Amino acid sequence: MISLDAILFYLFGAVTVASSLAVVTQRNPMHSVLFLIGSFLALAGLYINLDSPFTAVTQIIVYAGAIMVLFLFVVMLLNAPREDVASPYGPAYVTLTTGPRRAFALLSVVLVVELVLAMRQFVSASQPSGPDAAAHVSSVRQIGIAIFTDYSLAFEATSVLILVAMVGAVVLAKKRL
Amino acid sequence: MEPTLTHYLALSAVLFSIGTAGVFLRRNLITVLLSIEIMLNAVNLTFVAAGRHFGTVDGQVIVFFVMTVAAAEAAVGLALIIALFRHKESLSPDVFTSLKW
Repeated sequence: MISLDAILFYLFGAVTVASSLAVVTQRNPMHSVLFLIGSFLALAGLYINLDSPFTAVTQIIVYAGAIMVLFLFVVMLLNAPREDVASPYGPAYVTLTTGPRRAFALLSVVLVVELVLAMRQFVSASQPSGPDAAAHVSSVRQIGIAIFTDYSLAFEATSVLILVAMVGAVVLAKKRL
Repeated sequence: MEPTLTHYLALSAVLFSIGTAGVFLRRNLITVLLSIEIMLNAVNLTFVAAGRHFGTVDGQVIVFFVMTVAAAEAAVGLALIIALFRHKESLSPDVFTSLKW
């Protein structure tokens, strides 16, 4: 008997992985951004499956909404639809740079194995929470209390970070550097 | 079969590696930034799944901060890309070699 939780996990997980792969393999940056929005929407479904509706809504509003619109805006502004295939230094330069690149990309497969092994040890060493944890985790009230008490210093530092990023972005994108 | 913490951690490991492969394979600065976003989201999934497993909201609070940092990173990174594109009329990372010795 397959539960609804399992069906939703495999459905959203498959959509997330497939659209993330499409982001990496698409030649057109516009398509990459659109596939990444699909990946983020499926991730929001996974968060709901994990009893975290606040994080799911924030994911859709902030990530799929604000950040991806910023990316789309820049892609359209620069009007550079395709990746530069030809190198300005000739074909020899391309083979020199693509060799190490491919080797490092293979290392990411090693990274999967390594991460899964490390996480298996972590999971076997940890104790799962009780059945009443779902109500505690999904409560926006608890998240608000945690942000404004335990994490208040980090919250204030974040506001400074946003201010600095805003000023920095304006200074960097100005016409005369 | 119920999806356990191990399932979610394996999924996030796969996502993180897709992001890493994208950073190494792609020759377009915008796609490299998008791959970094994939990696950030893989870590977010780890935080939420672990927080659910242990029954605390700390994971979700950290995801909140990661999203804020990602927004700041995207704003500054895209501004840098616009400034670089204005200089060289290209988005390939191989073109920007002024700091190479």
